[in-house]
Amino acid sequence: MNIALLIISGFLVLSIWLGIRSTKGKDMNLEQWTVGGRGFGAIFVFLLMAGEIYTTFSFLGGSGWAYGKGAPALYVLIYITLSYVVSYWLLPEIWAYAKKNSLMSQSDFFVSKYKSPMLGVLAALVGVVSMIPVIVVQLKGLGIIVSEASYGAISISTAVWMGAISLTIYVMLSGIHGSAWIAVIKDILMIVIIGFLGVYLPIHYYGGLQPMFEAIHAAKPGFLKLPEQGLSVSWFISTVILLVSGFYMWPQVFSAVYSARSGKVFRKNAIISPLYTLMLLFVFFVGFTAILKVPGLEGADADLSLLRLSIETFDPWFIGIIGGAGLLTALVPGSMLLMSVATLLSKNVYKEFIPTVSDQNVVRIAKSLVPVIALIAVYFTLNGGETLSALILMGYSLITQLFPSLLFSLTKNNVINKYGAIAGIICGLAIVAYITLSHATIGTLFPSLPQAAKDLNVGIIALSVNFLVMITVSLMVRKFSVR
Amino acid sequence: MKIIYVLSLVPFIGILGFLPIVNRIEPYVLGMPFYMFWMAMWVVLTSVILGIMYKLDPRNREGESE
Repeated sequence: MNIALLIISGFLVLSIWLGIRSTKGKDMNLEQWTVGGRGFGAIFVFLLMAGEIYTTFSFLGGSGWAYGKGAPALYVLIYITLSYVVSYWLLPEIWAYAKKNSLMSQSDFFVSKYKSPMLGVLAALVGVVSMIPVIVVQLKGLGIIVSEASYGAISISTAVWMGAISLTIYVMLSGIHGSAWIAVIKDILMIVIIGFLGVYLPIHYYGGLQPMFEAIHAAKPGFLKLPEQGLSVSWFISTVILLVSGFYMWPQVFSAVYSARSGKVFRKNAIISPLYTLMLLFVFFVGFTAILKVPGLEGADADLSLLRLSIETFDPWFIGIIGGAGLLTALVPGSMLLMSVATLLSKNVYKEFIPTVSDQNVVRIAKSLVPVIALIAVYFTLNGGETLSALILMGYSLITQLFPSLLFSLTKNNVINKYGAIAGIICGLAIVAYITLSHATIGTLFPSLPQAAKDLNVGIIALSVNFLVMITVSLMVRKFSVR
Repeated sequence: MKIIYVLSLVPFIGILGFLPIVNRIEPYVLGMPFYMFWMAMWVVLTSVILGIMYKLDPRNREGESE
């Protein structure tokens, strides 16, 4: 075992220890395990939610996109920033309603708003299906980090197994309290490391940012702005709109929202959150530096660029620190996701069909589901060759399908009923499934459209159909019932 | 209350609405291509705008009781 791996293992042990410690002396009922007893103040909620956002995806995937695609990578920075503007209005509403009705999960929200347990089960299943690709991202990230830091001694697949096992142990022991504490350490480490890499690497290799960008511009003209076709301006705008609609639809983000003490917390957090997002700029700088320094990483290998460049540049002990921080960026969101999926399945699906189950048993079932879900995620991680970014976009196209009915449920006189909501979600999912399996784009579906329309993100089609079906069905049902 | 609604649209217009015009490399600002600088600038401005919204919003003057 080399020094880099030794340091990474140190991080792992520390995080498990903190996770166990944070639960000592607390009675862990379902509410404690999932929403932390609804007593978190501004800083904790901020860190929990930031923990959702600064995942391995931003760490490795962000630099990977800058490396592989150039300018379009900035969509990550923009959709997160604009989502915070939405959060100012949306989250306090969700929080207040959840508190009033003591809701614990996202499906509870749908059940309560639409008076339909079926819709709750559907929402839970949408959540589960959408979160699997995101868990895969964390495991893939863990695999990449550990195997790169071992300088090839540990294969990616072994590393993925190790990651899945540690993640499982971590979640089963600690629940949400563990996540919040580790999030503190993780975020401080991330800021320091990313800030350092993003400033140091361009200066070290090029003497500054502008010389670096000029060199890239000379070697790859057009790489630093959005292209005329493909990942063009219309792709960028449609993708950002899609992701902003999906940003707060994640069940685990709902759990984090519920854990707040007051609704004001969200409006306050919205102010500083965009500045926090600015850290991503430094992640992109690292990816841009890597373009000419570690060339030749194709396709999904682009996600390796940050670590490859670091290995070229630094001593093994520093690779250990970077890897350790990376490990935490996978562990925190990974644990939240696993816990969310497990709770959804046990509480919002299983308990819905067998209502006599006691709360203790729901927790027990949720905990025993954790390893099963981890196994499923390992299967997809080892059998798929997608980039981290492609996986995230897939999860988003699925979860966004909850957005139309959620949005309408917050209006005063909701015109949408449960039939419309269910029909809309199912149609949206069917289209996402078709698009994903057939690799269709708007260009291949409608070849006669102008280029700008062809470049629109295909997820937009599913979302529009969802809206249309939802409204049509709701109005039709209402008409018939009036008669 | 009205002005707050308008304010929350400003970042969307500034970032997405101006994209076709600002999608260019020259001039470099703070070492970044213009497109990248524009995006970074708006992230900071979004923070400022949210800060102003928070100050103007009467709901934030109540205590934590809400």
